[in-house]
Amino acid sequence: MAENKRHMGMKAKNRLSNTLIYILLIIISIVWLIPFVFLVCESFRVESTYQVGYVIPHQWGIDNYVNLFTKTDFPVWFKNTFIIGLFVAVIQTIIVLSMSYTLSRLRFKGRKFLMNVMLILGMFPGFLTMIILYKVLSWFNLTGANSVPGLILVYVASSGMGYYVSKGFFDTISKSLDEAARVDGATRFQVFTKIIMPLAKPIVIYTILTAFMAPWGDFMFAKYIAHATSAGMNVAVGLQNMISTPQSLSANYTMFCAGGVIVAIPITILFMSLQKYYVEGVTGGAVKG
Amino acid sequence: MSEKSVHVSLSDNLSDLDLLGLTKIQRFIYNIIHFFKGIPSFFVAVFNAIVKGIGNLFKAIGEEFSDIIQTFKDGDWKTRTSFAVMGFGSISRGQVLRGLLFLVFEVVFIVYMFVAGGHWLGKLKTLGDTMASTVYDPKLDTYVRVNGDDSFKCLLYGVLTVIFIIAFIYTWRLNVKQAKVSQDLVARGKKLSSVKDDVSSLLDEQFHKTLLALPLTGIIVFTVLPLIFMILVAFTNYDGAHDGYSNLFTWAGMENFNSLFSLNVGSNNLSLAFGEILSWTLMWAFFATFTNYFLGMFVALMINKKGIKFKKLWRGILVLTSAVPQFISLLYVSKMFSASGLVNGLLINQGIVDLSGIIRFWEDPTLARIMVILINIWVGIPYLMLITTGILMNIPADLYESAKIDGASAVQQFFKITLPYMLFVTGPYLLTSFIGNINNFNVIYLLTGGGPDNIKLLTSAGAAGDTDLLITWLFKITTGAESKYYLASVIGIMIFLVVATLSLIVYNVIPSTKNEEDYQ
Repeated sequence: MAENKRHMGMKAKNRLSNTLIYILLIIISIVWLIPFVFLVCESFRVESTYQVGYVIPHQWGIDNYVNLFTKTDFPVWFKNTFIIGLFVAVIQTIIVLSMSYTLSRLRFKGRKFLMNVMLILGMFPGFLTMIILYKVLSWFNLTGANSVPGLILVYVASSGMGYYVSKGFFDTISKSLDEAARVDGATRFQVFTKIIMPLAKPIVIYTILTAFMAPWGDFMFAKYIAHATSAGMNVAVGLQNMISTPQSLSANYTMFCAGGVIVAIPITILFMSLQKYYVEGVTGGAVKG
Repeated sequence: MSEKSVHVSLSDNLSDLDLLGLTKIQRFIYNIIHFFKGIPSFFVAVFNAIVKGIGNLFKAIGEEFSDIIQTFKDGDWKTRTSFAVMGFGSISRGQVLRGLLFLVFEVVFIVYMFVAGGHWLGKLKTLGDTMASTVYDPKLDTYVRVNGDDSFKCLLYGVLTVIFIIAFIYTWRLNVKQAKVSQDLVARGKKLSSVKDDVSSLLDEQFHKTLLALPLTGIIVFTVLPLIFMILVAFTNYDGAHDGYSNLFTWAGMENFNSLFSLNVGSNNLSLAFGEILSWTLMWAFFATFTNYFLGMFVALMINKKGIKFKKLWRGILVLTSAVPQFISLLYVSKMFSASGLVNGLLINQGIVDLSGIIRFWEDPTLARIMVILINIWVGIPYLMLITTGILMNIPADLYESAKIDGASAVQQFFKITLPYMLFVTGPYLLTSFIGNINNFNVIYLLTGGGPDNIKLLTSAGAAGDTDLLITWLFKITTGAESKYYLASVIGIMIFLVVATLSLIVYNVIPSTKNEEDYQ
């Protein structure tokens, strides 16, 4: 009887703490989602372009979206970012996979040294090199209006230094696989293409996904390379530029919201559909450091 | 054990047995004392390692020289000719292509050094001496520009030439080594590898060279060389007024570093601003890292708790918000909290404040700092939630089972099992994330732009604000009207020093959890 009572007490306590957790989770969900709800609502507001003190538009419409595509360079920015994303996704994936595979599964003289050098290089702020890179790229006319190829170069060239997550993945594949294949007479090239690559699908997708998404969020390099030339901007720089002064903010605020929605939709869909691989990647990466 | 003897012994090195005899608090104190006691000896160890490294370098160079001399003594005429005509050893022994590559490299090097290399090396000392000018041309009856030196090019090509010379020495040494190896092989009656052998070995024994060629070329051209150049810039007076083209820049020695550390504040105010911004950067990195870490873990634990339904939904909502590109959320939230933004607008419309009572989130230094940390939590928690969820699932369930049998409460389970496990596994991640936050440009720049501007932080390099990190300050200095490139470079080096020191300490004081081969 007493035992039963204690059990009941625990159950009640558990129910109380669960209720508390539900309340907290609902609050968290609201706090995390609400800015995006606001963003979408404001993007459909027709009656004013500046910031106001209410969320639900008095008059709904797609004027902001129409204006965004007809009166601004947004299509150009979107196209720029998309092209950069595609090229970076392909080239960076090749580079990162070669690098991480080599450092993880091949043993050669200077391997440790190489890893230490890259660790040290990574401790410098990446932006530091931009001062000279900008100047040299401008000699080749790869800045300003022509900054798309310039940015692709800058993004992919040093991407080999970001090999950690994918090396962590290769580290977990058993070495006996390679050895068995080597005994059967496979060359190291064949081991790479025929044995390991088919197993590496999750990390390949993770690398492609993160490589494609990174240029959509980069602000620092893109702004420096494009400078003030609208034709060479990516979406982040372009949209920020649209609301950077008080005057432009009150003229373009709702249009900026529309731009945010347009950019967020495809990226979010892509991300959510490949979420599984992303989660595997970040978890593995954090554990392995 | 009396109070006093414990106090004394805590600062000594204790054996494991002694340690077990201490109470928990004493052990904690002991560990802390030990940690700080370890730091000086750690620096001594680093210093020793550097001295030893330099010693080893000289020893290696000495060995190389004696080996080269030995090769010359033992070498036949083919090998000896290789000392002057690179690749001769290979060509004369039938490896024509390999030899030709050596030879072509030598010819290119010599031609380059005569045509341009010598010129640029000479300019490296002063970074140019003739200023560009406009001269009256009587034939054209107009003023024409006479190009002078360009300091930027002098420095760039000077550095490239030095690197080319080093590469040449390395290749020459390779060529001598190659000649010796071939000579030995021929002497022992072995066959030398053909071109076909060489190519196929690139897919087998030498496969790492094939795979690394592209990534390393990129890193060398776009990171190593620019970094060497930029580190040198820290020792010049390269800025907007001395752009090298219309006005030469030159070496400034340690002057730039001195101005950053001089106690005499003077007119440029740099040392004061640097100190302020550095301490806020560290403060920010600390709060940003640990608030996210613990709150993210808390959220993950709530969602993971047994009996909580719709786990996928809660996780999905958080992940959804992190899928939106960060610049959109950050810019939108930044405008939402501005003086004329949505939050203040709602407050006025609801009659909570009147027009004079609006909250200036971004204009009050303390409030702005709190806001960026809070919004960073909003941005970062979904990511941390994902990471911790994955790790929490890996904690062996029987640990909790036996804890429950022993009657441990949920709180005890958290502090005895979950937290130690998490800290152990994510130690390296915490360091990475701390460093990432030191360089977290996007959150600060897109939210506040570094503001509110603070007159105390106004320097000869331009304005800076209370939420500016070193990295955003560096960006402002580079893009500002003064374009003090040399200062940007000095700050970049300081960021490196901060990050490197932190990493070294953490890696050496915390027992390293990752052994590469562990997982294989």
